[in-house]
Amino acid sequence: MASDPTKIDPMHQFEVQTIAPMFDIGGVPISFTNSAFWMVVTLAVLWLFMLGGMKREVVPGRWQMMVEGFTGFIDKLLKENIGKAGRKYLPYVFSLFMFILFANLIGLLPLGLFAPVSKYVPELGVVTHPFTFTSHFTITGVLAIMSFSIVLIVGFAKHGLKFFSLFVPSGTPLIMKIIIAPIEFISFLFRPFSLGLRLFVAMIAGHILLKVLAGFVIQSSNASFLWGGVVGIPSFVLMVGVSALEVLVAGIQAYVFALLTSLYIHDAEHLH
Amino acid sequence: MPQISQLGESGFVSSQLFWLIIVFALVYFVIGRSMATKVVATVEQRDETVAGDLAAAESARAAADQSEEEWRAQENAAREQARAKLAEARARGAQASEARLAAANAELDAKGAEADARIAAARGAAMSEIDNVAAEAARDIVSRVAGADVDAAEARKAVESVRHGG
Repeated sequence: MASDPTKIDPMHQFEVQTIAPMFDIGGVPISFTNSAFWMVVTLAVLWLFMLGGMKREVVPGRWQMMVEGFTGFIDKLLKENIGKAGRKYLPYVFSLFMFILFANLIGLLPLGLFAPVSKYVPELGVVTHPFTFTSHFTITGVLAIMSFSIVLIVGFAKHGLKFFSLFVPSGTPLIMKIIIAPIEFISFLFRPFSLGLRLFVAMIAGHILLKVLAGFVIQSSNASFLWGGVVGIPSFVLMVGVSALEVLVAGIQAYVFALLTSLYIHDAEHLH
Repeated sequence: MPQISQLGESGFVSSQLFWLIIVFALVYFVIGRSMATKVVATVEQRDETVAGDLAAAESARAAADQSEEEWRAQENAAREQARAKLAEARARGAQASEARLAAANAELDAKGAEADARIAAARGAAMSEIDNVAAEAARDIVSRVAGADVDAAEARKAVESVRHGG
């Protein structure tokens, strides 16, 4: 598939490409990839963004206000869902939310417009082809497992074996309890999967859709002027709309990840 | 789907995990733990300052209201006092002038009565003088007409009987 240069492969954008092999850990090779590059970019952009909030002025400027808006948003989310104890999870949930949000948004940047530059400077190819690492379940899965681990650790540290009472709804007859408890337990175990898969699927779907529509635009306009007008232009208009939608999805998915994490932590803190 | 097909490639999963752990650890410690906490602390501090200032302003307003209330009460009392004093002074003045008027009236009355008495006395004296003159004249007339010498007392008696009895 990828061997045919005229064919546009919408899955190619998700391929992790090695930029430079680094070292082996116990025989397992570690290398710097385009995925790693965009993680570092996300970190750098996020750090720059947060730097604007570090002026700590009494009367905040626009940038500081924006940073405070984000921290206040997560702070409020935690207060509403976990309560007073929520404050101590702020660093984790804020990191999670901002990391996912910035990764999603940076992955959507139309840096491909500068792709011709990478024809002359091949080293810039990694910059002109944004990689959405949140579209990989190896990434979202780890984030989900991290959230789930925090829930388990907090739950068992706080309530010990009583944490298992989370699966037994109070005030139900014994027979119902026997039926419901295993269901609750299984649904609890599904949490990390649904958490990780949701983000991964949302990201991959949007990016594939954008690439397929872009393929329509390119191939129809290559075919003829007429086809470009009939198929290409509507596809392009649709792409603009879908791009806007994807920006929304980027925010929503980051929010959902943070929200569900805080809801799960609520369970660990208060059991019900 | 490269996410699945690449799982078999050596170094794919390990590189992903390695970089995610490094980057997310940095995000957690630098962004989450250090920066976000400070930003939240700044916001909290500002909220506290604002709330404190508002409370101070509120209490100052209450104090101002209180002192205004006190001032108003004082003012009212002073005004009431002044009004009472004024009424008292007016009453006293009226009383004093009334007394003086009464005294002057009494004096005038007394003077009038005295004058009346004096007039009456003068009239009495004048009347008796007229009687004397009449008696004299009568004696004179009698002596000239009848040639009789009439006693002064008799003449007087006759004059009086004419004047008073007719």
